[in-house]
Amino acid sequence: MRSTRRQKLGWGVANVVVLVIAAVPVLWLVSLSFKDPSTLTDGSFYPKKWTFENYRGIFDQSIFTHALVNSIGIAIIATVFGVVFGAMAAYAIARLDFGGKQLLIASALLIAMFPPIALVNPMFNLWRQIGLFDTWPGLIIPYMTFSLPLAIYTLSAFFREIPWDLERAAALDGATPLQAFRRVIVPLAAPGVFTTAILVFLYCWSDFVFAISLTSTNNARTVPAAIAFFTGASQFQQPTGSIAAAAVIITIPVAIVVLLFQRRIVAGLTAGAVKG
Amino acid sequence: MAEIVLDHVTKRFPDGALAVNDVNLTIANGEFVILVGPSGCGKSTTLNMIAGLEDISDGQLRIGGEVANDKTPRDRDIGMVFQNYALYPHMSVRENMAFSLKLAKEDPAKIKERVAWAADILDLTAHLDRKPAQLSGGQRQRVAMGRVIVRTPNAFLMDEPLSNLDAKLRVQMRTEVSRLQKRLGTTTVYVTHDQVEAMTLGDRVAVMRGGEIQQVDRPEVLYEHPINLFVAGFIGSPAMNFLAARAKGGVLQTPLGELKLPAGRDRGLDGKERDVIIGIRPEHFEDASLVSPDKRAQGVTVKATIDLLESLGSDKFAYFTVQGERATAEHLQELAADAGTGDLGATEEGVQVTARLDAGSEAAEDKELEIWIDLDKIHVFDPDSGENLTLGDAARTDGSEARTTVQQAAPAKAEEAAPPEPETE
Repeated sequence: MRSTRRQKLGWGVANVVVLVIAAVPVLWLVSLSFKDPSTLTDGSFYPKKWTFENYRGIFDQSIFTHALVNSIGIAIIATVFGVVFGAMAAYAIARLDFGGKQLLIASALLIAMFPPIALVNPMFNLWRQIGLFDTWPGLIIPYMTFSLPLAIYTLSAFFREIPWDLERAAALDGATPLQAFRRVIVPLAAPGVFTTAILVFLYCWSDFVFAISLTSTNNARTVPAAIAFFTGASQFQQPTGSIAAAAVIITIPVAIVVLLFQRRIVAGLTAGAVKG
Repeated sequence: MAEIVLDHVTKRFPDGALAVNDVNLTIANGEFVILVGPSGCGKSTTLNMIAGLEDISDGQLRIGGEVANDKTPRDRDIGMVFQNYALYPHMSVRENMAFSLKLAKEDPAKIKERVAWAADILDLTAHLDRKPAQLSGGQRQRVAMGRVIVRTPNAFLMDEPLSNLDAKLRVQMRTEVSRLQKRLGTTTVYVTHDQVEAMTLGDRVAVMRGGEIQQVDRPEVLYEHPINLFVAGFIGSPAMNFLAARAKGGVLQTPLGELKLPAGRDRGLDGKERDVIIGIRPEHFEDASLVSPDKRAQGVTVKATIDLLESLGSDKFAYFTVQGERATAEHLQELAADAGTGDLGATEEGVQVTARLDAGSEAAEDKELEIWIDLDKIHVFDPDSGENLTLGDAARTDGSEARTTVQQAAPAKAEEAAPPEPETE
C-alpha cells in the first residue's frame, strides 16, 4: 500500500517535471509575443506592458501573410495526397500477399530515415533546372517523399488491426468490395487516418530545411522559412516580438487539430468487432 | 432456400497444399448438415468455398441448381455466421442487422419490420441501439445470427459459431440454433470440431479427415456404424475403447480374453489369422450382476479390477486396465494428436478401458468386478486401412436414405442429456 502511494507520488512528480519542461518554452513564447518592444529583454515571465502590436505588425507584412497562405496550402495538399496514396498502399500491404512486399516496406522506411539535409543540395540544382524551384509542387513533392512512408507505415498497422472477417461478412451481406471499403473499413480506419494525417501535416507544417532551401520569394516560402526573413522596425531592432507572434500563430492550428481529434485518435474504435 | 451440391470439389492452395480433396456432398433443401473433424481437416475451407470466400480449384458447386463456382458471395445470396462474429463495431445492433437489407435497397419500412422480427426471435429487442462492444458474448453471437436471418438467404453457413461461448451458454445456444433452424427451415451448413454439437444439431453429419469426407450420415448411424477407426474414435464421448487383438475367423484373441463374434458380424473377416483393432463403446460394458440372464447370453463376462470410479448420478464410469498392447493405427494417432492426449490411455502395465455402468452398479475402486461385454456391439477394424470389418451391408448407407427422412420429425436427441461434455477447447 505504502509503496504504491510512493510510486504514485514518484510518477506524479515525474509528470509535473516533464510537463513544465515541455510547457515553459511555449508559454515563454506566448509571453514574448505580447511584450512591448521596450520590455522585450526584461526577463520577466509575465509581460509588464501588454501589446498586440507584434501581431498587428506581422499581419501587415506581406511576407508573413503570403507565407501563411503558402504554408496552409502546401501542407494540406501534401497531407491529402500523402494520406490518400498512403492509405491505398497500406491497404494493399495489410491485405494482399505480393512479391516484393517486404522490400517495399523496407525501402519506404529507408527513405523516411534519410536525413533531409543530404537531399537538399542535389534537389536545389535539379529543381532549378526543371523549373520546380520556388513553386508549390517544388515543396509538395519532397514533403510527400517523406510523408508517404510515414503514412504507409502507420496506416498499414491500423489496417492490420481491422479483422479481415469484417470484409468477408460485408461481402456475404451483399456489399461490393468498394461498398465494403467505404462503409466498413473507412469508418473503422478513421482514427488511424486522422492520426496519420495529423502526423503528416505536422511534418509538412513545421519543415524548415526544404522550405528555406527550395524557395526564394513569397511564391512558395512557408512560415518557418519566412520567419527567418523577418526584420525589425529599424535595422538596429531585433524582430524578436514578431518572430514570437508568428510562432504562436502557426502553433494555434496544430494545437486545435490535436485537441479536437485526440479522443478519436486514442479511442480504439474496433473494440467489440470480434471476441477478444 | 436451396439445395447445395458439392460435386468433386477440391481446394488446392497456391503452395500446393491440398486442403479439400474431391468432396461430394448434396445438402437437401432445408437440411441441417454438419461438417465435423479435427483442426485442419478442411471443414472451414469447404464452408468458405460454399460462401465464395475461397476459390474452388476443381469440381463444381451448385446452389439451387445453378453453378456457383464463379459467383461472388453477393450473388450467391448466402448468410454466414463467423466464429468471431465479425460484427461491424461502428454500427448499432439495429444497423448491423439492417446492413444487408440496406445494401439490397429494401424499402425502409420493410427493413424496420424485418429487423424487429429478427430481434424479437433472438430476444435482442432491448439491445437494438447498443454497439457490439456493449454486449455480452452470447448477445454478440445472437446479433451475428440476427444479421443472417433478417433476409431470407439461400442458405445459412455457420463456422464454429458457438466455440467462443462458455460451456453453459454453448449448450443453451445449441438448442437455440437447432430451434431456429427448424423454425425457418433454411438449408444450413454448420462447421464444428465439437462432436457433441455435431451429434445433437445435425440432420446429417459429415466427418472430415485430411480434406476428405469419411462418412456422411445421420448421427445415430455414424455412432452405431462408423465406417472406419477415425469416425469411430471421433464420434462419441467418452471415446470408444480400442484394443489390439488377433482375429481368426470370428474368434478374437483380445486383452479381455477370447471373444467370439456373433454370426453376421464376422463377415469382414475371412478364416485367415490377422491383426485387428477392436472397438467397444463404454456403454457396451455393464456390471454383469445387473444384466438379465437372457441378455447375458449374447455377450461375455470378464473380471477386472476397477482402478477408478466416477459416479455421475445417472451413470458410473469405471476405469480399469487390461494387459496387452495398445492399439496403434494412423487414424488413432491423428485423433490423439487432435485431442492432445497422445500419451494418455496407455500405462506401463497395459491399456486403460472406460466402461459406463448403470448407476445401480455395486462397483468399487480397487475391487474386482465381473463385467459383461455386449458382443453384438463390438466393432473390428483393420489396423492398416482403418476400415470397419464388422459393418454389415445394411449399415452401409450412402446417405441417400437419410436425405429422404430429413423432413420428418426431429431425430431423438438422445445425446443431449447423456455423457459429460469433454472440454475440447
